[in-house]
Amino acid sequence: MARLIVHVPATAKRGEVIEIRTLAGHSMETGFRRTQLGELVPRDILTGFSCRYNGVEVFRADLHPAVAANPLISFSTVATESGTLEFAWSGDNGFTASHTATITVV
Amino acid sequence: MKKTRRQFLILACGALATGAHAQLPPNIAALRRAALEAAVRKVTGGAEPRRGRVKLDVPPLIDNGNSVPIAVTVESPMTAGDHVRAIHVFTEKNPQPNVINAWLGPRAGRAAIATRARIADTGTVIALAQMSDGSFWSDHVDVVVTLSACLEDGLI
Repeated sequence: MARLIVHVPATAKRGEVIEIRTLAGHSMETGFRRTQLGELVPRDILTGFSCRYNGVEVFRADLHPAVAANPLISFSTVATESGTLEFAWSGDNGFTASHTATITVV
Repeated sequence: MKKTRRQFLILACGALATGAHAQLPPNIAALRRAALEAAVRKVTGGAEPRRGRVKLDVPPLIDNGNSVPIAVTVESPMTAGDHVRAIHVFTEKNPQPNVINAWLGPRAGRAAIATRARIADTGTVIALAQMSDGSFWSDHVDVVVTLSACLEDGLI
C-alpha cells in the first residue's frame, strides 16, 4: 500500500475556494534509466489521478514519466457542501490507491 | 608498439566519444522538437495558442532537474459559462514532451495547479490552457538545468 498524504481543510465556509494538496509515495520509474549492466529499468509510473467531491468528479489528471517521484498534485475546488472527497490514483502494473477525506462546510 | 601516455589518452577519449555518439540519433534536437510540436498539436487540434492569461511559474535556474516545482495559474472567472477546461504542461528536451494533463471545471473555483516535474536539460517549459470557449492560451519559460534528470540517457 502506497503512502498517501492528502491535505484538505477540515472546515470551510460555503462557497470558499479551498486548496487541496496530495502526495503519493511512488518511485515513478521512467523507463529511460539503465542498470549498471545496460538493461533498461522497466517503466512503472502513476498514470492517472482523480478527485471526486460527494461522487462528482471535480479534478482529473494524466501523469507522464516527467512527473517527479512521489508526485505532488495541488489544485483547488469550491467548498459547496459537507461530505467526502475521494482521491484515486492509478498506474502501471495495475497499481491503484485511494484515499478519502471529510470536509465540513459551514 | 609502445604507446606514450598522450597517445593513449587521445585514443581513450576518441573511443568514449564515439561510444556516446553511437547511442544518440544524430538529429536528436530536431526529433525532440517534432515530438513537442506533435504533442501540442494533439492537444490543440491544430489551433494556434495565444500568449497571455496563463502564468507558468518555474524557477529559471534549476539545480536539480529531478524535482522541479511547477505552478500554472490561469486568469479566468471560473464560472459555468467561462472557465478553464484543461491545463497541459510540456517540456522541450525530455525524451517525451508531456509532463501533466489536468482537467478542471467551474467547480475548481480557481484555475491553479501545482506539481513537481523532471526536466532533462536546459530548454523551454510550456504551459497550455484550454478555455471553455475552445480557445488556447499559453506561456513558456526558458530554464537552465545544471543537474539533469535522465542524465544517463545521454542528452544533447
